Amino acid sequence: MLSVIRTLWNVFLHTFQPRETIQYPEEKPNLPPRHKGRIILSRDPDGGERCVACHLCAVACPVDCIALQATEDENGRRYPEFFRINFSRCIFCGYCEEACPTYAIQLTPDFEMGEFNRQNMVYEKEHLLISGEGKYPGYNFWKVAGVKIGGKDKGEAENEAAPVDVHSLMP
Amino acid sequence: MTTTIFYILVIAGVLLVPLNLAAGLIWLERRLLALWQDRYGPNRVGPFGLLQVLADMIKIFFKEDWIPPFADKVVFVIAPAIVMVTVLMAFAVVPFTSTVVVANLNIGLLFFLGMSSLGVYSVVLGGWSSGSKYSLLGAMRASAQMLSYEVFMGLSLMGVVLMAGSFNLRDIVEAQHKVWFVIPQFLGFVLFMIAGIAETRRLPFDLAEAESELVAGFHAEYSGMKFGMFFVGEYMGVMLISVMISVLFFGGWLGPWLPPLAWIVIKTFFFIMFFILLRAGLPRPRFDQLMSWGWKIMLPLALANLLVTGALVLAFK
Ligand code: SF4
Ligand code: SF4
Repeated sequence: MLSVIRTLWNVFLHTFQPRETIQYPEEKPNLPPRHKGRIILSRDPDGGERCVACHLCAVACPVDCIALQATEDENGRRYPEFFRINFSRCIFCGYCEEACPTYAIQLTPDFEMGEFNRQNMVYEKEHLLISGEGKYPGYNFWKVAGVKIGGKDKGEAENEAAPVDVHSLMP
Repeated sequence: MTTTIFYILVIAGVLLVPLNLAAGLIWLERRLLALWQDRYGPNRVGPFGLLQVLADMIKIFFKEDWIPPFADKVVFVIAPAIVMVTVLMAFAVVPFTSTVVVANLNIGLLFFLGMSSLGVYSVVLGGWSSGSKYSLLGAMRASAQMLSYEVFMGLSLMGVVLMAGSFNLRDIVEAQHKVWFVIPQFLGFVLFMIAGIAETRRLPFDLAEAESELVAGFHAEYSGMKFGMFFVGEYMGVMLISVMISVLFFGGWLGPWLPPLAWIVIKTFFFIMFFILLRAGLPRPRFDQLMSWGWKIMLPLALANLLVTGALVLAFK
């Protein structure tokens, strides 16, 4: 019985406590940089697309809202011909970001993407691609990967030794 | 002539004010709950969100009014009306001031008790006619709860009746000129308060509704304005119990400086807010706890209270 009265008193004391609610449209919430909001595709420091169209994000996505088509440019760089995210299905779980081997796909702390028309929730590559590097500056997949592309032969990547010539007997 | 007009005005007021206040109380409750939970509650529509009530009303009127095919149609439709009718009938005997009262019955208190008991039918019939398990369980709980709390609700008031020497509510208030009955009848007040909460099926005694276990209990199958009637009926019940507490234990309209009507409104609103505070603060007990609490603690206490009061009244006569 006493605990009941104490409970009531403690609840009543909340009358004099500040309210937690953020009055949203007037007052913006302070979102941490890692907040999982609107998805973007980033570029590497040279301005090239980071995405190598490996489909890992599409596979990881639990609601299957990523669609893309891989293709290759004249240098042998893979990139997505189209890259489409249906944000009316996306649950902002961030699995795509975790799956991505190239830091291309990233979630940003922006959530204000309400639309009246459902079709407008489908973002194409030109809507997703930003001109910066997002959360991981300085990373350039093609510079560290051992893959050969136009302008970069095997062994020319950063931290990579020239390949061993297995036909030679020289030490 | 003027008395007739005054009388009609009183009747209209007693009919309309509780009905509209009940809607307003929904807003008040939401705001107060929010305050005690460090939120804001509805604050967008109109000043302080007051028009939220209107918006809700419009919404509820335009909701599909669906009667489940497996329901007992007639009873299903009548049930929500019963709660409104009984509560409004009970309001008829409440003396708001010495003049503003619809029916100054000499058994006003009994009439109030009878009407609030009849209110149970609304819940039981509503739950029964819905033809769904959850509703049935809610109705069953409601009937058991109301029956057991009804008993000591009446008994807890007998102390007041003994002291005032009348069942007439106006006489009861007049008898409190010297000292409010809450002081000599404190136990009776507490008992009546608890029984009143149970009677209006408010938290922590809302086992008939119990959203977390029974979906919505007895009104799980109701929608649209029929659901709204249960809702408004509940709030009017809260108002009724609050106004009865002020009349029976807190001197009704008596009070210095302010006009009588202001006093009863202030006192009533104080208890309404207390009801809301209870909802904000307390969890719901288990059903067997509720029953044993009622029969094993409250009933003996009410009887003891009656016994002691009777003995004292006799001794000092
Ligand atoms: S955040 Fe989750 S749901 Fe959204 S696209 Fe990425 S993996 Fe799919
Ligand atoms: S965004 Fe990342 S995971 Fe998705 S296809 Fe491109 S490189 Fe692969």
